[in-house]
Amino acid sequence: MSSVSPLLFLILVPILSAVLVMAGANPRFTSILGAALNVLFFLAVAVFFNPAQADFQFVSSFPVVPQLGISFTLGADGLSLIMLFLSVIVTLAAVCVARAPLENARWFYASILLISAGVVGAFASVDVFFFYMFHELALIPTFLLIGIWGSGDRQAAAWKATVYLATGSFILLLGIIGLYLIQPEGARSFDLRQMVANAQAGQVPDSPVVYLLLLVGFGILVSLFPFHTWAPQAYASAPAPASMLHAGVLKKFGLYGLIRLAVPILPESVQAFAPILLTLLACNILYVGYCTIAQRKLDLMLGYSSVMHMGYIFLGFVALNQVSLTGASLMLLSHGLTIAVLFALCGEIRERTGTLDFSELGGIARATPKLGLAFGFAAMASVGLPGFVGFAGELLVFFGSFASGEPQMGFLDGKEVFGFNGYQIATICAVWGIVISAIYMLRAYRRVFMGPLSDRWSRLPDLTGLPHAAIVILLAIMLFFGFFPQILVNLVTPALLLP
Amino acid sequence: MIQPVLLEIGVVFLGIFLLMMESFSFKSNKVTLAHWAIFGLVCVFILSFFIETNPVGMKNSGFYLVDSLSLFFKRFALLATILTLILAIDYIPIVQRLVPAERPEAGSGEFFILPVFTCAGLMWMASASDFIMIFCALELVTISLYIQVAYTRRSLASLEAGTKFLVLGALSTGFFIYGITWIFGMTGETNLALIQKNLSIVPEANHTAILFGLAMVLVAIGFKIAAAPFQFWVPDVYQGAPTPITAYLAVASKAAGFVILIRVLQPFFVLESFQDKLILVLVLLAALTLIYGNLAAIPQTNFKRLLGYSSIAHAGYLLVGLAAIGDAFAGRAVVFYLGGYFLMTFLAFLVMVPVTKATGGDDLSHFNGLARRSPGLALAMLIAAASLAGVPFTVGFFGKFFIFEAAMNQELYLLVLIGVITVASGFYYYFKVIRAMYWQPAPEGCGEVAVSPLSKLAIGLCTLLILVLGFYPQLLIRFLP
Repeated sequence: MSSVSPLLFLILVPILSAVLVMAGANPRFTSILGAALNVLFFLAVAVFFNPAQADFQFVSSFPVVPQLGISFTLGADGLSLIMLFLSVIVTLAAVCVARAPLENARWFYASILLISAGVVGAFASVDVFFFYMFHELALIPTFLLIGIWGSGDRQAAAWKATVYLATGSFILLLGIIGLYLIQPEGARSFDLRQMVANAQAGQVPDSPVVYLLLLVGFGILVSLFPFHTWAPQAYASAPAPASMLHAGVLKKFGLYGLIRLAVPILPESVQAFAPILLTLLACNILYVGYCTIAQRKLDLMLGYSSVMHMGYIFLGFVALNQVSLTGASLMLLSHGLTIAVLFALCGEIRERTGTLDFSELGGIARATPKLGLAFGFAAMASVGLPGFVGFAGELLVFFGSFASGEPQMGFLDGKEVFGFNGYQIATICAVWGIVISAIYMLRAYRRVFMGPLSDRWSRLPDLTGLPHAAIVILLAIMLFFGFFPQILVNLVTPALLLP
Repeated sequence: MIQPVLLEIGVVFLGIFLLMMESFSFKSNKVTLAHWAIFGLVCVFILSFFIETNPVGMKNSGFYLVDSLSLFFKRFALLATILTLILAIDYIPIVQRLVPAERPEAGSGEFFILPVFTCAGLMWMASASDFIMIFCALELVTISLYIQVAYTRRSLASLEAGTKFLVLGALSTGFFIYGITWIFGMTGETNLALIQKNLSIVPEANHTAILFGLAMVLVAIGFKIAAAPFQFWVPDVYQGAPTPITAYLAVASKAAGFVILIRVLQPFFVLESFQDKLILVLVLLAALTLIYGNLAAIPQTNFKRLLGYSSIAHAGYLLVGLAAIGDAFAGRAVVFYLGGYFLMTFLAFLVMVPVTKATGGDDLSHFNGLARRSPGLALAMLIAAASLAGVPFTVGFFGKFFIFEAAMNQELYLLVLIGVITVASGFYYYFKVIRAMYWQPAPEGCGEVAVSPLSKLAIGLCTLLILVLGFYPQLLIRFLP
């Protein structure tokens, strides 16, 4: 039993803010104050974090079901610290960008804050059970946010997302129970550290069934092809803050979970099922990529693009080496920041014009230069241009995955020649994916911001105030880590437990 | 320290005392009776913590068992009855409208008194360790419930429900008796402990006959717990019965059925040759119940009926736990699930009764816009629905988790897979009420829904317990047998 972890405050601040908002405090002011306070709390935690130490820090534990080895254990290492950073900063941006709806502003802000508490709790949990539980905290707020304040066909989108996510999470629950049951009797625990220690001692049989349950469960949550169909519609319909938190942070939960659980505990299964996962992620990149090009509305296009980019991170995961996993971790952060900015800007445009149809928009960069510039930055970052942190991530993933697997040698006319193995073919598909994403991002930019400005849009107001500040901060972080990715690499390296 | 059997005797005396009061007191306000009943039951509940756990003389009677399981379910029955009476107080205006009488309050007194007798039956059932005793307790419960289901005589739905319940209940009683005679004929005993002893000396050739008897008993218990394919009375009876009685049926009667199931199966599980067959039967029952309950609930538009199907579905999850009974934690998982089911089902009914009173109906559409009219009630219902669906940080999630864990440990993979798929459909139909409350606009001219202070207290306590147990289940686990 140790003292109370400072990470507990990171979880409690949004929950308490939500309670205050429900109890009658000024919703917008309280939410922004709470989110800002959480960023400060996080910075304080980060200052005291010792990057040289490999193990979890700020650990505190409270037994909940001792019979089954479940305890409420909080802690952070380099990887979770990065995810926590992403969570608190995107939360702040989301509440700054949020437009208070005319009625029921209280539930609106309380729902956003509860999602935030869920993601912070998930990334701060060392206990796998609570890691799972906190993720599910977002389920009902998301349902309400999309269903009440969404746009377009919001009811269908909310139902679809909810049923998909509930199914995925219960399959995941089976995977987690399976992970618990393959631990040796007597040393069974839901504590991640105990699980990894058992695995490293060679006491955990590498169970393909458990891996498949985890992969399908996490896969549905991360929108792995062919389980991705809920995502674009839900993100397109959800109000901007909900999409920012969901696509930016919450969805990273699945990949984070795979890197945390499958890599150290079930590495052989990861390799055994690599051909299947490589095929699926290639579909994520190519098939969903082409679907993205075909979209005629900005919100749906961004939804599809966020599904597509998950393919890269899956590639980094399945290649299972130091370089690729580091790249995948970096991409978790970079994609989260990028898609959050893009959805925030998308929401701003919808707020101003009431439509996101490419055919109706055009030339609005003339009326709103700051908005146009910010979108341009974010689009470039999404494509993976050097100077943004996404570039570092993608590069590491490509290098890592290309080097993975056995070299395939074949014979051509009796001579031994070099051939590509599955990892390398998938990498080539992924590199082609960059071309695809450049096509749709630039096309979208041209359709929305370039070209002749119609009279309808000539008086659009530009970005101002808090939303402006929030978007600038997110872009600045992307640029900063784009120039100094080594900071992130140093943080992540000790946290990645390679088999 | 008092003798445990005094608890049941106390409850019966309370019931008789209330009947006397009803007849001889000239007070026209019958609600006072309910307050007395609640007071008396609370006293018995408190007394239950001071009983002799190892009573002299009761040990070898063979009829009456005192263990932690029976004690837990006695308290369970007492609390369920108290909550039913709180619901009944809110519901009484509707009853008075639907009972033909000279004065509006005449004929409404028994509505508060009958549940007390049912409670005594439930408590006996928890302690029964002999087929005869189980049968008597069961009949006390069922016969008093027949009256309660058909209580609102001017409502056709209630009469229909009463008739259905009576006919099918009588049928299941017939099955029960028939099964007991077969088991008695083969083992020469009606006492469960002695049956277990005699089973080992019954020749192999007679095992089929015992299994046949047991199957008949299982059919009868299947009716009580509403397991498919013996569930068909549930939707109509639940919808037609007065709402407090529906809650009573859904929680107390079902829980008692599960206690009997645990008690009856225990002696037969000891024998290897029976064990496999029984588990197979339980697995089949569980799978059918899960699939039927969850899928049939999807298209429902009436909330009471929906809860009826949901109670079938929950019986399915409980049966999964029983099928995994070989696991060390499975027994506690089942009892924990029942505890959680108690809280969330009663919470849903506690919110439903005032809403029904204010809007005049119990369709899902009557909940439209509740969040704008009464945010507190809507929040309580949101938590109840989330818990029924199994969202984490509610007690319902831990219940499902413990049961799935036990079942996975017993390698019942197919059953768990069916469970998971049906959980997803559960999310759909439970979220329908959340949608009605939060997405839909409120109908014109509806103000805040009035809730009595006693109901407010009960709603607050149930909500709090659901959330606290959803984070720290140990609070309840430590009381489990």
